[in-house]
Amino acid sequence: MALDKPYRDIPGTTIFDMEQSRIGYWLNQFCMSLMKAENRERFKSDERAYLDEWPMSEEQKQAVLARDLNRCIALGGNIYFLAKVGATDGKSFQQMAGSMTGMTEQEYRDMMVAGGRSIEGNRYIGEDGDAQADRQPQGKAGRES
Amino acid sequence: MAQITASVYTSHIPAVGAALDLGKSGEPYWQQVFDGYVQSRQWMQEHTPDVIFLVYNDHANAFSLEMIPTFAVGTAAEFAIADEGWGPRPVPKVIGHPELASHIAQSVIQDDFDLTVVNKMDVDHGLTVPLSLLFGQPDAWPCRVIPFPVNVVQYPIPSGRRCFQLGQAIRRAIVSYDEPLNVQIWGTGGMSHQLQGPRAGLINREWDKQFLDRLIADPADLAQMPHIEYVREAGSEGIELVMWLVARGAMDDIAGGPLPDVTHRFYHVPASNTAVGHLVLENQ
Repeated sequence: MALDKPYRDIPGTTIFDMEQSRIGYWLNQFCMSLMKAENRERFKSDERAYLDEWPMSEEQKQAVLARDLNRCIALGGNIYFLAKVGATDGKSFQQMAGSMTGMTEQEYRDMMVAGGRSIEGNRYIGEDGDAQADRQPQGKAGRES
Repeated sequence: MAQITASVYTSHIPAVGAALDLGKSGEPYWQQVFDGYVQSRQWMQEHTPDVIFLVYNDHANAFSLEMIPTFAVGTAAEFAIADEGWGPRPVPKVIGHPELASHIAQSVIQDDFDLTVVNKMDVDHGLTVPLSLLFGQPDAWPCRVIPFPVNVVQYPIPSGRRCFQLGQAIRRAIVSYDEPLNVQIWGTGGMSHQLQGPRAGLINREWDKQFLDRLIADPADLAQMPHIEYVREAGSEGIELVMWLVARGAMDDIAGGPLPDVTHRFYHVPASNTAVGHLVLENQ
């Protein structure tokens, strides 16, 4: 019998449920390893070699190397785990969150100071808000593409 | 007998801790956040409890994907500060209350809530940022703290209804403890925010304000709200707000007493990615 997953119709949002957690187990466990200072150093000195120590998929490794957080999340990553990679890079949660919108750091920060992203048009897939798939990337990058 | 004198609700945004730790709290951006805590910090100085029962969530620090307890109670004598990847926050270690924590575990599990008992655990910003907001930067925290992590990271997470019922069981446990302790219960996290995907940065002021209104006036009704509404309206990380219902469920009025006094209420957007909410409710 199918499980009830009503959260699949929200635009620009991946819920880290049991299925995502299963897919992302090693990706997230790799991230956890970066809580140790010596592992952060080893990762920074040779990212590819460090990633190859983990039974992650090649896709997951490429997503980490590219710091493509949207891709990491699609492949089972969770933002609190992925934050360890960001911390290793010296990034804040705001820089990490902003990177997933396509906006520049300043554009994202300005949006937050102005009150954040509006809920209007962003509740359901198919509405006309700025988080909808057909409006990516956002900000200057979107206007130029 | 121990008693619950008040409940405190606050966001636990990591950037707020970083702003304090790095001496940025006087910058205008952060001043607007910290101004909302001036009154409650003053109140706290006059009403420092013996013990805080602190409901929060771990953010992939104490618990990796190896083990994910839905509800856990920290029964240790002390808890070290986690290195979340930026190095541990420069704040005092947390001193627990093993006697009361064990009593609560014994009582609440017998009351049908299957808690995980944790005797060794580092605590992260979910627990330390609220302490910093209410106590500033002391050399030692002025009271004992019982950490109570709730899983709100991996779905399914506990429902608002379950959290509210759990709060009632925690109240029964605390008021059956023989020593006359002054206990506060804190609910932390939220308010609206989303840290992932193209919808990152979502804020829903109207929804947050209604949440505060309903938490104060009609928490039993609020507790019926399904997960999907939190996620859709307040963002994927806004779901942390279910933890506020644990604290609210432990107040006197839910057990037939009078309504609590609203000692303090504050709301501000933004701190980093997040809407900041803060309430102090006192039992009469």
